[in-house]
Parts: sequence; structure tokens; C-alpha cells
Amino acid sequence: MSRIRARDLSVVLDSRTVLSEVGLRVRGGDWLAVIGANGAGKSTLLKAVAGVLPCSGEVLIDDTPVRRLKPRDRARLLAYAPQAPALPADMTVFDYALLGRTPYIPYLGRESRHDREVTASVLERLDLAPFAARTLGHLSGGERQRVVLARALVQQAPVLLLDEPTTALDLGHQQQVLELVDRLRLADGLTVVTTLHDLSVAGQYADSMMLISAGRVAASGAPADVLTEELIDKHFGARVRVETRPDGRPGVHLERPCH
Amino acid sequence: MRRSARLRPAALLAAVGVLLASMVAGLLAGAADIEPGRVILQLLDWLPIVSADSGLAPVEQGLLWEIRLPRVLLGAVVGGLLAIAGAAYQGVFRNPLADPYLLGAAAGAGLTTTVVIVLLKGDTESLSIPAAAFVGAVGGVLLAYALGNVAGRGGGTATLVLAGVAVTSFLTAVQTFVQQLGVEDLQRIYGWILGTVDGGWGRVTLVLPYAAVSVAALLVHGRLLDVLSVGDDEAVSLGLNAARVRLAVLLAASLATAAAVAVSGLIGFVGIVVPHVVRRLAGGSYRIVLPLSLLGGAAFLVLGDVIARTVLAPAELPIGVVTAFVGAPFFVAVLRMTKRVET
Repeated sequence: MSRIRARDLSVVLDSRTVLSEVGLRVRGGDWLAVIGANGAGKSTLLKAVAGVLPCSGEVLIDDTPVRRLKPRDRARLLAYAPQAPALPADMTVFDYALLGRTPYIPYLGRESRHDREVTASVLERLDLAPFAARTLGHLSGGERQRVVLARALVQQAPVLLLDEPTTALDLGHQQQVLELVDRLRLADGLTVVTTLHDLSVAGQYADSMMLISAGRVAASGAPADVLTEELIDKHFGARVRVETRPDGRPGVHLERPCH
Repeated sequence: MRRSARLRPAALLAAVGVLLASMVAGLLAGAADIEPGRVILQLLDWLPIVSADSGLAPVEQGLLWEIRLPRVLLGAVVGGLLAIAGAAYQGVFRNPLADPYLLGAAAGAGLTTTVVIVLLKGDTESLSIPAAAFVGAVGGVLLAYALGNVAGRGGGTATLVLAGVAVTSFLTAVQTFVQQLGVEDLQRIYGWILGTVDGGWGRVTLVLPYAAVSVAALLVHGRLLDVLSVGDDEAVSLGLNAARVRLAVLLAASLATAAAVAVSGLIGFVGIVVPHVVRRLAGGSYRIVLPLSLLGGAAFLVLGDVIARTVLAPAELPIGVVTAFVGAPFFVAVLRMTKRVET
């Protein structure tokens, strides 16, 4: 199990500071949920950790500085799924998942039998085997999200970075996808970092949470320490009622302001 | 159902078959009336080991060898180059409307060739026109690439396309100006722009080395273009240097385009239509689209040239007119036959 540490992550885009001196710490096998209002810098943080965005600061997986790694070696440690992945409509599910093997294939080489076996077994595990020959253009929202997850798992990286894995999914499919991530995390000892816009959902799945506001860390710690009425009012501008659920996790409910 | 999109031997064989058939058609058709059976016998006779008596007069043999054969071969090479370059451009820019002339290759070649024809009174038979066209095509692409890199932040494709549009307009404006200086050369300039694959063995041997290098470089990048198709962020997160792959493919595709333009002028439509037809019929993976576009483009242009030579025989239509006139309805038919979901 791989732990993640990051120090002083800053990202400047078009001379605007989008992320400023963010640090994070995730124990191996834990799930960190990054929350924050729209435009707070959640996705930017995830991209910075994934190494797809130039940033200053340092990211360590276990004790390896990611910046020093060759891109291929980094891709064997960190798998990343963006919020809105490009899904070529005429690519088959199998071929899309197989792209996850890219860091294991030489530049001008081709996939080995092993690469195909890994891909097939991941599809099997995610109940996607019957869809293997289907093209991405013929999938429902929930199926697409599972296919993206399959691509990330085929990468066989110990760290999974998922940007809003449940956007555009209905309630049932949100739950299915998050339960699946949790099951895989426990089974394979994966360390998971996700951004999540639904605070209640985030509070139920995460071991720890981090609240980002205007590119800086506003709060971090156990869900109960981050999901408080004051912090949510201050950083989301939302009136909520937070109550402790029977399992000890916080539940967040929207309240209409009194007129 | 196939779970993985690979180039099937059957599809490859079919494409090779279509190409060979179109080349035979290209050898049979022409202004001079030579009996098809004798042409076939003569072709067999030219094969190593095989010996056949065609009964063709030496003049007819010379016509076949010196005019029809190089013309068919040049058509095949140019068509293949333009189609595979178009497919590669579409992959690099992730845009189905990209074509080999997107980055200023056509405008650059148009300008330098016009300059040579008008100012230097260049002779179309000599090497000066292919050389000028090649330099212009490469120069146009480099100019667009440099401009795109200055204007945009690190290798974005949108800025590059805009730079290509700007370079194309600018070079076309200069070309029009130069053209006005030499109105008496207008017909030769337009003759070149509309394109021809009638250039004899000289042009075939001229283009072959560039064709071989660029085609080989493009064919090995099929898998990497598939990776690029999921977006830059994801390609990078998969450990791929997206900017470097894009540059390598752009260089190879631009070399292919410049080589084709140098020996045949500005033949349109092949580079954009053939890859789409291949995609519709055989699948979208670049490991399929690149090799089949090469073969399909070759067959398409050879057939286009057959039509150009026969419709108004003994007069000839410009091949660029034929590719658009025949290609557009054909393309619409393929689109209608193979309706797909769009995303």
C-alpha cells in the first residue's frame, strides 16, 4: 500500500494562481475526498498530483519523488481519471481499457498477451466482460464510468486519482460506482483520492477529507472535523444542518434559508 | 462481435485487391486504343520469369512502359500519401475535418510554385517546380508550427489550427499578388494547382524515397495515435509524452504531404474523404485507418485518373476536379450506408 504526501503544491495558469501551497497526506490504503466550491481548485490539485499539469512543490509516493520519475514509471504508480474523459465513440470497451497498459508497452511496441490478460480480468471483475466488444458510443452513463474505472485499474497503479467519478450519474449509479471503488480499494490495498461534489456522499466514503477554498487548504482531517455547519456556510455559502449518523459519520442536509 | 479492433487480414487483402484492380484498369485505359488482352499479356511478360507474347508493336509497348505505367504508379503513390497524411492529421488534431493542407502546406507550395512559374519562367518539365513546391509545403507547415508555438502555451492543437489558417490566408494573398504580375502564366499556374499525376518515371523515382520514409514513420505510430485519441491529459497520465508524439506524427505527415504536392500539385479531397470511408467501413483504430487509407487513397486516385483521362478523351479533365466530383457523392453514399452514433 502506497502513501501519498505532497508539499507546497502551487499551480499558476495564465499568470493566475489557481492552487497555492497545498499539502496533503494520505495513508496507504486510505480514501481521501477533496471537496470545495466550484472553481476552488479541486481538479487542479488532482491534476498536479497526477503530474499532468506543471506545478511547483513536491509529490511523494511512499518516499519516491514523482517529479524525478520518468513519465512511464510515474504512470505505473499513479492512475488518473479526469472528470470528463474523452471517449472515442467507435472504440471498443476492450480497446479503451487496454490503453491502461500504455506505461508497460515500449514506445513503438505492441501489447503483449499479458497486457490483454490483465485487461480481460479487470473487465471480468467489473462485470464489463459482456460489453468488451461494444463501442463506447453505445454505453449508458453508469457503464461509461465503470469503463473509465476499468482503464485506470488496468494500469495496475497502487494510487487511484479520480476526478468526480460520479458526475452525471443518478443516485443508484453513484452508489454503485462508489461501492465498487471502495471494494476494489479494500481488496487491492489501493490508495484513493477523489474529488466529490456531494458532501454527504463524500462524508460516507472518505477516511479523511480536505476542504479547498480559493486554491488553499481551508480544513482537513476526519470527515466530522471538515463537514461542519460553519465551514460549509463560510466556503460554500450554503445553509446546511449537519447531524451525526448512526455509524458516527456526518450527514449533511440542505436547509432553505428563512424568508 | 470483435472485442478488439485490429487490422483483419481479410480487410487488408480486400484493399490490396481493390488497388491492384484499379491499377490494371489504369493501364488498360487511355487515349491510344490498345487491346486489353494484349496489355495483360504484355504486363505478364514484364514480370520476372514469366514470358508471354503480347504481339504489341514496340510503339505500343513504349507507350505502356513510358506513359501509362509511371502514371498509374505516381497516382497510387500520391493518393496513398495524401490519404495517410490526412488520417494522421485527423488523429493529431482529434478533428475529423483536418486534412493534409490544414497547416499551410498547400498555400506554401502554391506560393513558391507560382513564384517559380511567373518570376523565373520555370519550366514544368524540369526539377525546379517539384523542388519549389516541396520547399514551399514544408516552409508553410514550419511557419504555422512556429507561429502556433509562439502564440499558444506548449503544444495546444487549437492554436496550431488557427496558426495554420492565418498562414494559409497570408500565403494565399501573396500568391494571388504574384499571380497578378504574370497573367500570361495563369493557365500554367492553374494547371499546376489543379494537379496531375502525369509525370513519367522521373517523378516516380523522385517521390519514392520521401514516400517510403514518411509512410514507415506514420505506420509505426498507429497505436500511439489511438492513445492520443483519449485526450492529452490522459495520454500524459498514461506516461506518454503527448507533445512529442504529436510532433513526430506531424513531421512525418507533412513530409508525406510535401512529397505528394511536389510531384502532383494540389489534389484535394483524397486526404479528407478516404480516411473517413475507411473508418466507416473497417473501424476507427489508427492501426486500421493508417494502412487502409494508404491503400484506399492509392486506389481512389488511380481510378480518379482513369476517369480524368477517359470522360472527355482525348482531352483530359484536371484530376482535382474528378476527385471532388466523384468523391463527394461517393462519400455521401458511404455516410448514408453506415449511420453511426455521434458523440
